[in-house]
Amino acid sequence: MTQATTAAILKYVRPEVFPTPFCPGCGHGILLGAILRAVDELEMDFSRMLFVSGIGCAGWIPSPHYNTDTLHVTHGRPVAFATGAKLFNPKLDVVVVSGDGDLAAIGGNHLIHAARRDTDMTVICANNLIYGMTGGQVTPTTPRGARTLTTPMGNPEPPFDLSRLVAAAGATYVARYSVWHVRPLIRSIKKALRHKGFGFIEVLSPCPTQYGRRNENPTPIGMLRALKENCVTQRRAQGMTAEELDGKTTIGEFVVPSAIESAEPD
Amino acid sequence: MQGDEACAEGAIAAGCDYYAGYPITPASEIMQHICRRFAQQEGRVFIQMEDEIASIASVIGASWAGARAMTATSGPGLSLMLENIGYAIMTEVPCVVVDVQRAGPSTGQATRPAQGDFMQARWGAHGDYEIIVISPWSVQEAYEETIRAFNLADRFRVPVVLLLDEAVGHMRENMTVPAETPFYRRWKEASGAPFGGTEVPPMPAFGEGARLLVTGSTHDARGYRRTTDSQVQRQLVERLAGKILNHRDEIERTHTHFCDEDDLDVLLISFGFSARSALGAVRQARAADIRAGLLCLTTLWPFPEEAVKRWTGWAQTVLVPEMNRGQMLREIQRITPGAVGYNRTDGEVITAAEIWTAVQEMVA
Repeated sequence: MTQATTAAILKYVRPEVFPTPFCPGCGHGILLGAILRAVDELEMDFSRMLFVSGIGCAGWIPSPHYNTDTLHVTHGRPVAFATGAKLFNPKLDVVVVSGDGDLAAIGGNHLIHAARRDTDMTVICANNLIYGMTGGQVTPTTPRGARTLTTPMGNPEPPFDLSRLVAAAGATYVARYSVWHVRPLIRSIKKALRHKGFGFIEVLSPCPTQYGRRNENPTPIGMLRALKENCVTQRRAQGMTAEELDGKTTIGEFVVPSAIESAEPD
Repeated sequence: MQGDEACAEGAIAAGCDYYAGYPITPASEIMQHICRRFAQQEGRVFIQMEDEIASIASVIGASWAGARAMTATSGPGLSLMLENIGYAIMTEVPCVVVDVQRAGPSTGQATRPAQGDFMQARWGAHGDYEIIVISPWSVQEAYEETIRAFNLADRFRVPVVLLLDEAVGHMRENMTVPAETPFYRRWKEASGAPFGGTEVPPMPAFGEGARLLVTGSTHDARGYRRTTDSQVQRQLVERLAGKILNHRDEIERTHTHFCDEDDLDVLLISFGFSARSALGAVRQARAADIRAGLLCLTTLWPFPEEAVKRWTGWAQTVLVPEMNRGQMLREIQRITPGAVGYNRTDGEVITAAEIWTAVQEMVA
């Protein structure tokens, strides 16, 4: 399918919000566009969509950019706010867009409980492995050994595999892609938006400013290349040894409800 | 009927159609009652959330979706809710938060009464703001004041805290359901700016095409973040406070018993269950020809200064019984420095007999 041009998705963006607040090389702008392209391709009624976001760089993807109802809430709580809006008005198409710190650290409890309940909403986690807005502190998804402001000698803690965590909690659609893999990402967002139930997409998004600079990959293009090289599809991963998989991230769909299974390959 | 149940019935009469909560003693009966009653009625949503933070968050989300929404808890839960209550203040979200107070601090005594959240309900969230806090003293008032709390919340686009105490919450007494239920309809006009322009701006719901831009950051009238603009910050904070303080007459409610301007020596000022005991002491005092009266505060915040000023001006002695270490006394002393407290913090209610003894000692 032809992807919508930038001009074509501008109708979903508030006209007075440019320039965007994201740093040069930030992946969040690509995700901002990918969500709108999915909305456009599905020809969704944008005025009936509600975007809820928390605190942090990723919280600014929908707010103030998206020109529909947006609810930008307290740190860690967007899934809980979204639950109230969706339960009271099930006609709303509710999408949460937030970061790894917001959804997996302070908001981890709400994330797993909404997954368990299979609440009908889509949660998109822009995972940049770091607290970007506050200066680059370690998050629950920062890889072991990575240097951050609060792990100057390297992160001693193992990270969450967020997608598998949410899948284990009961989510009925779970996928992981990166902003490099933008076409399968858009297809995945479309599936999650159409899915009746709790859909979760983890989107790896580079943060050269706070993460790359401290971890020997300071340029935007270098970080995108790393996403390309270090992400392997589940199918490829099956043929790789544990040694070969070290440092790699599997991408693809981890939980697919039977209704939409195998409709489109990743 | 029980106080907690009357509160739940008041919510239902007020048209509450979204309830989210988390179990906690001594407030659980409100959730249980709502759960059972909502199940019998179409269009009312009940959910038990994973904690109190999620409860108030989902209440705020539902309110933005157009609901009359409520949650109920006790002190430990209120502590958890306060950040999001601050969010509701900042984004001007009508909702009702019930706190059935128990003895604290911390886990304290879950089944014992206290009035220790008088200040927490007012000042618990960070930043500078005004909030409405109401405290019923009877089962009848638990019903009626819950209805009033919903109306005030929608009238002023503000969270309203309903402070019960364990004694009022678990007390059973007869109650009359009023023939009519007052109802304030939320102003929803989609064309107006949702965060400015008027003292209490219109509040359209999600999904109505208003393209609402809601943020807890400092924002202008349309909702755009203005996080370094000192003028926008000042105007917002002043408007949020002014919309409450400029309408004290609509919000404040007090009632007096045996108070007569020319016939008052000893004035008791109290609220909640303690005010019932104070009334008992006043009756005993009157029987002993002591000219005593009771001023019961139903609205606690904004603090009913005018009523306190008026009645303390006539009395020579002012006694303030409350189940805390003098939280309300301090507010009264700002008006009448000579006011004296009568306090209990041992998880026991204050009895009429002990207040009567205190009155006798004061006039002796």
